[in-house]
Amino acid sequence: MNISIDVKEKDLLAEVSVQGEIDAYTAPKLRSTIFPLSEKDGVQMVVDLSGVNYMDSTGLGVFVGVFKNVKANNGQFKIVGLTERLQRLFEITGLADIIDINSQIEGGVQ
Amino acid sequence: MDFREMMESQYRELLENYSKEQSEQALYSSQKLSRKIIENKVSPEEIISLHKSLLIEMHPEVPDYVLHSFDVLLEIMIAFGLAYREHQSLRHKQEELRSEMEIAANVQQTLLGTKVPEIEGLDIGAISIPAKHMNGDYFHFVLDENNNVSVAIADVIGKGIPAALCMSMIKYAMDSLPEHRKGPSYILENLNRVVEQNVDPSMFITMFYGMYNPETNILSYASAGHEPGFYYNAAKQEFTELIAKGLLLGVEKRTKYAEYQKEIFPGDMVILMSDGVTECRTDDGFIDRDTLMGYINKYIHLSAQEIVNRVFKDLEKLQHFQLRDDFTLIILKREV
Repeated sequence: MNISIDVKEKDLLAEVSVQGEIDAYTAPKLRSTIFPLSEKDGVQMVVDLSGVNYMDSTGLGVFVGVFKNVKANNGQFKIVGLTERLQRLFEITGLADIIDINSQIEGGVQ
Repeated sequence: MDFREMMESQYRELLENYSKEQSEQALYSSQKLSRKIIENKVSPEEIISLHKSLLIEMHPEVPDYVLHSFDVLLEIMIAFGLAYREHQSLRHKQEELRSEMEIAANVQQTLLGTKVPEIEGLDIGAISIPAKHMNGDYFHFVLDENNNVSVAIADVIGKGIPAALCMSMIKYAMDSLPEHRKGPSYILENLNRVVEQNVDPSMFITMFYGMYNPETNILSYASAGHEPGFYYNAAKQEFTELIAKGLLLGVEKRTKYAEYQKEIFPGDMVILMSDGVTECRTDDGFIDRDTLMGYINKYIHLSAQEIVNRVFKDLEKLQHFQLRDDFTLIILKREV
C-alpha cells in the first residue's frame, strides 16, 4: 500500500496531506481516513495532493464523495497542489468547475 | 495397498537408504514423496509420529532424549497442520468464488451485449477487455430507423463487481429512454438523473455519447466527464482532441450537457476510449496521448476492427500483459 496520509485538525479546520499513489488499492484507506472528517458540521477541509504522483478515477470517486458530504454539512472543501496530470483529470471530468482546486491555477494553464 | 501403508513403506525405505548413504538421490526421493503426502492430505504431525515410530523400530538403541524431542516437535507441528487445513479449505472456497465470478461475468456479457451495427459508408471497430473478471467499461451501439448510428462509451469509477453491477443499471436506463431517439445531451441529462438518484454517492460514471448521421455526415456528441476522444482528419493527416466539456454523471442532479457537432469527411476517423487506454502504465511511466496516436497511425491503413485489435495487443505488451484498468477502444471510420 503505497500511500501515506497526514491529518492535522484544529477546530473546524482539517488539513490533509497525501503522499504516494491513489488507486483502487489505496483509495479505501484514503476514504476511511478522510470521510469521517467530512461529517463535522461546518468543516473547512483542505487536501494537499502535491505529494501524489498517480491517481486514477477511483481516487476521484473518493474526493467527489467527500466533497458532497462536506457540502451537505455546510462546510468548505478545497484541493491544492495538483500536478498538471491530476489537474487534467479534474478538468476532463468537469469537477474543476464545482470543486475549488488550487486558486493559483484557476484560469491559468489550459 | 492404501496410501498410508504405501507411505509408511516408502518412508521406511528412504530412512534406511539415507542412513546407509547420505546421497542427493535419497533426498530427492523424499521431496517426491512429500508432494504425494500433501496431495493425500496427511497432516505434518502424523508424519512426525511415523518418523518417531520407524526410528524406534529401526534403531531400538536410540536414546530417550531424542525420542522425547519428537513429542515437542509434534506439538509444535499441530498448529502448522491446522494452518494447512485452513489453507486447503480456503482454496476450496476460492475455487467456488472463482466459478461464480465466471458465471457472473458471462451473465454480464449477455446483459450488456451490443452489436456493432453495419451500415454502408461507416467502418466501425470496437474492443473492450476487463482488467479483472467483470468489466466496468461499457459501450453500446444503437442503429435507429433513420440509420443514425449512436455510440455510448462509459466507465464506472470504481472497479470489479460493484462497477459492473452499476453498469447493468445504466444499460437498462438507456434502453428505457423514449423510443424516439433524442440527441446526446438529452440522453446524458436523463441518465444523470437516474445515476444521481440510484447509485451509491461515491460511485460515478463518465460517458461519451455520439450520434452519427450518415445522410449529413455530422457527428453530434456530448460528454459527461469522459476521457476525450480524438478526431482524425484524413486530408491533413492529423489528430485533434474531440473536446467536450461536461460533469460526471451522478454528481449534481440538474447538470446540463453541451452538445457539439463535427462534420466527418471520407477517410476521417473518430476514436473513443476509456481511461484504461491512456492510464496504461509502462516501465517509463504512462503512455501519453501522443504515443497512443502513434500506435493508431501505425495501423491506419487497416480496417477499424483491425486497428483496435492491434493497438490493444501493442499496449498490452507494453504493460507486460497485466492490465491495471478495463480497456475499451472504439473507432468509427468514414469509408472513402
